[in-house]
Amino acid sequence: MSKLSAIGHRLYTGEVSYDFIGHRRRWYIVSAILIAVSLLALAVRGLDFGIEFKGGADFKAATTVTAQTVDSMKDALRDSGVPNLDDATVNTIGNNQVRVQTRTLDPTEEVPKVRTAIANEVGIPPDQVAYSLIGASWGGQITERALIALGVFLALVALVIGIYFRDAKMSAAALIALVHDLVLTIGIYALVGFTVTPATLIGVLTILGYSLYDTVVVFDKVRENVRDILSSTARTYSEAANLAVNQVLVRSINTTIIGVLPVVALLFAGAVILGEGPLKDLALALFVGMVSGAYSSIFIATPLLAQMKEREPDMRKLAARVRARRAKEAQKERVAATTASSPSSAPEVTRPSLAEAVEPSNAELEQPSSATGNGAKRVGPVEVAVKPDVRSPREGAHREGVHREGAAKRPQPQNKPRSQRKK
Amino acid sequence: MATTTGHPGRILIALAVLVAGLITLLAVSGTWTPKLGLDLRGGTTITLTAKNTTGSGTVDPNSLQLAKSIIQSRVDSLGVGESEVTTSGDNQIVVTVPNVQQDELVRLVGQTAVLRFRAVYAAEQIQPPAQPSASAEPTQGATAPPSSEPTAGTSEEAKPPEPSATNKPNNKPMPALPTAPPVPLDKACVPADGKGTPPDQALDWQPSEGCQSAFAEFTCETKVTEVPDQGLFACNQEKTEKYLLGPTLIEGNQLASAVAGIPQNNVNWVVNLEFNPQGAAAFETATRELSQKSDPQNRFAIVLDGVSISAPSVNEPIPGGRAEISGNFTQKSATELANVLKYGALPLAFDVSEVNNVSATLGGEQLRAGIIAGIIGLALVVGYCFLYYRGLGIVVVASLAIGGVITYACMVLLGSSVGFALNLPGIAGAIVAIGITADSFVIFFERIRDEVREGRSLRTAVETGWRRARQTILIADTVSMLSALVLFVLAVGAVKGFAFTLGLTTLIDVLVVFFFTKPLMTLLARTKFFGGGHKLSGLDPAHLGVQALPGSRSRRPTVGRPAAVSEEGA
Repeated sequence: MSKLSAIGHRLYTGEVSYDFIGHRRRWYIVSAILIAVSLLALAVRGLDFGIEFKGGADFKAATTVTAQTVDSMKDALRDSGVPNLDDATVNTIGNNQVRVQTRTLDPTEEVPKVRTAIANEVGIPPDQVAYSLIGASWGGQITERALIALGVFLALVALVIGIYFRDAKMSAAALIALVHDLVLTIGIYALVGFTVTPATLIGVLTILGYSLYDTVVVFDKVRENVRDILSSTARTYSEAANLAVNQVLVRSINTTIIGVLPVVALLFAGAVILGEGPLKDLALALFVGMVSGAYSSIFIATPLLAQMKEREPDMRKLAARVRARRAKEAQKERVAATTASSPSSAPEVTRPSLAEAVEPSNAELEQPSSATGNGAKRVGPVEVAVKPDVRSPREGAHREGVHREGAAKRPQPQNKPRSQRKK
Repeated sequence: MATTTGHPGRILIALAVLVAGLITLLAVSGTWTPKLGLDLRGGTTITLTAKNTTGSGTVDPNSLQLAKSIIQSRVDSLGVGESEVTTSGDNQIVVTVPNVQQDELVRLVGQTAVLRFRAVYAAEQIQPPAQPSASAEPTQGATAPPSSEPTAGTSEEAKPPEPSATNKPNNKPMPALPTAPPVPLDKACVPADGKGTPPDQALDWQPSEGCQSAFAEFTCETKVTEVPDQGLFACNQEKTEKYLLGPTLIEGNQLASAVAGIPQNNVNWVVNLEFNPQGAAAFETATRELSQKSDPQNRFAIVLDGVSISAPSVNEPIPGGRAEISGNFTQKSATELANVLKYGALPLAFDVSEVNNVSATLGGEQLRAGIIAGIIGLALVVGYCFLYYRGLGIVVVASLAIGGVITYACMVLLGSSVGFALNLPGIAGAIVAIGITADSFVIFFERIRDEVREGRSLRTAVETGWRRARQTILIADTVSMLSALVLFVLAVGAVKGFAFTLGLTTLIDVLVVFFFTKPLMTLLARTKFFGGGHKLSGLDPAHLGVQALPGSRSRRPTVGRPAAVSEEGA
């Protein structure tokens, strides 16, 4: 654990970092596969809607489950004198409950008959057969309400995102992450085959909030990091965003673990102790949604945002300037290296695909284009750059506690590792 | 709200006072456990949806209220305690009855309330169980209104009757109630062939001898089932008089309106009735016939749910469909009668939309599962916090404990004051909220660490970290609050409980973080254990990954921060 803390520190300073944005394709593919599986599951298996949405009756009675329980219960239903019970489903929950689901019944005429039939079959008084009954039209109304709730909620969340970020691209990235989480959650629900009940819907709506919040945490940091980005050539937008993701990584992990732990407890209690009911339905949706929310905010939302931002002319120019500066530095270093044979080529966390974003038309930005491209590539991709202890000789510099905004404006000695340059 | 730097001690004391106040309230109210929903203790919940049988859609809120009180009295007649009847949305009535699994309940509440006018054949005073009230005396008389337009056609405002299935009398005899005597008294008046008498022949109906002797035995405690086209034994609401009534003369839905008022040149309250054309004709025929008889046979009874609401006498034929019931009415009793009459005329029918019946065993099991989930969830979160944050785990535990106490107290108080019942989704909401609350601490602690990493002293880091964390915590809580609100407004039934507890705990989270966790951290940062970065405090340098904890004096001036001297400690 304390190791995680220490890593937290190094992530924060940028000493250790994972290039989330550079490897975005990898994660886009992962998500694309997950979404494809989800959609496939939805198409093939479909969602099993509970009687709350379809209308119907559900009886539960305590009994000792044997191999014959289901069959003899079906016979009992057939003999109950209530018509059209052939499509009733009978299953057992754990080893002490039997459950009968039927079409919707008349509450005053048919329910007592079915209840008595079930009670006689398992040998308990009819009053102890618990049941719930949903009228067919009522089920339709519940479905309608559920869809309205989903629509209203999505609209509200989109509104909140819009107001909070006040940036079309951030809003778009956050919304895409949201839809991503929604699809995954519903898809896994279809895959697992749990019944969709109003509790599921509650879970799904709640995770929309979570997903939004996860994205807010990361984007807040991104905003902080890019505040004065255009006034210096220190970092491109992608680099600033990537640093932000790394900085909030430990917090995101902690937040997710702490949020998920109680949900795991709910899932356990719902699935193991009760076997059926709202706890299980709610917890599964929450569990998948929370994990997916944390994942998508880091691996999907931020790279998407960076990608969209890099298309802006200002950001393109910035990227070009950064590249130009780095090329120059590299040039200098090469010269220095030949004389002093210094090994330090300042491993940088850089978008490896910087060259893509800079199109030939940007040649006006006074750089020797081919050299720049090479230069950028050369300092380019560094995966997890755990550097040798570069701090010890330069403790003082590290401890400067330079404020970010200030640092960005200051010319920086470029042969230092970034962890010491900017924070 | 958040300039808590100055007096952390005072804020903590204020919070302690608040908690003590809540506990005192609990002690005063004498309840120490929250009210449990029926899914946790067993019982039946029935959701009824009212529909307007004229098909014009909307249901009048007043009618719904009236229907609610009528259904309440039906449920009460079953003699089950703690039952609750509430309205929900604009057309629903929710009946909750704990510990009752009777099918009878469903039948009873789902029944459409039908008002019927029946002729009185015999009336008998009985020993009142309580003091008879003045309005119970049969001194009311129906007379033609002195100054009203005589023609029913012109003053007709109500739509022509649209007979619907639900308002039609249920022609088959109801099964005997479980509590009914072995030989039901009310069967005594049913002719041998079981044939009913339609309203247009109801005046010719005569009680058989068996019927009359059964009436002598009848007491108001006897349960009878009302069959529209048969005779009926009924009592008035005060149970001071019993009646032998004939078959239905006029159905309640032929009544167009009933209004309480004081006629001109008069001082007493009366209830004005107005019938639709069909009802007016029937009423005229009936009053012509009845007015020639002597008391009590010149009276008719207005029966709702088998109880005579009013049994006025008739002195003359009343044509034109307008009548006035006078008597010793007060404004209240007149309005009440008018309301009941109006309800009888309501084109309202109820659909049983949802029945939820949970046995006490299953309820207990669900409660147990909920509590187990809560304990496991809490243990996991606390365990993780101790593992990761070491000494700071104490802050987490203390904050969660305070939050827990406040939440519990609020639930109990809301249960006893506004009838909030904790159900299974509600428990789930509270458990999920453990994570949300703990999340606020994570944000705060991580911010403090970030600040320390940037070289601030712990005492400063708590303050600056707080300033930044505050915003994020508020956003997180706003988002959950928003979820909770939308869910509460749009969700149906039991899942509302989830939204409610989620919203409640989110509010309490804000309270706890601002007025407990933050001041506590400020205080703790002053201690040697935490402020000095003890190995187990969760704030030691190695744990944070920095070389050493910056001294309180060693800071370089930075933008927007109070100046501090830069001097490297290590």
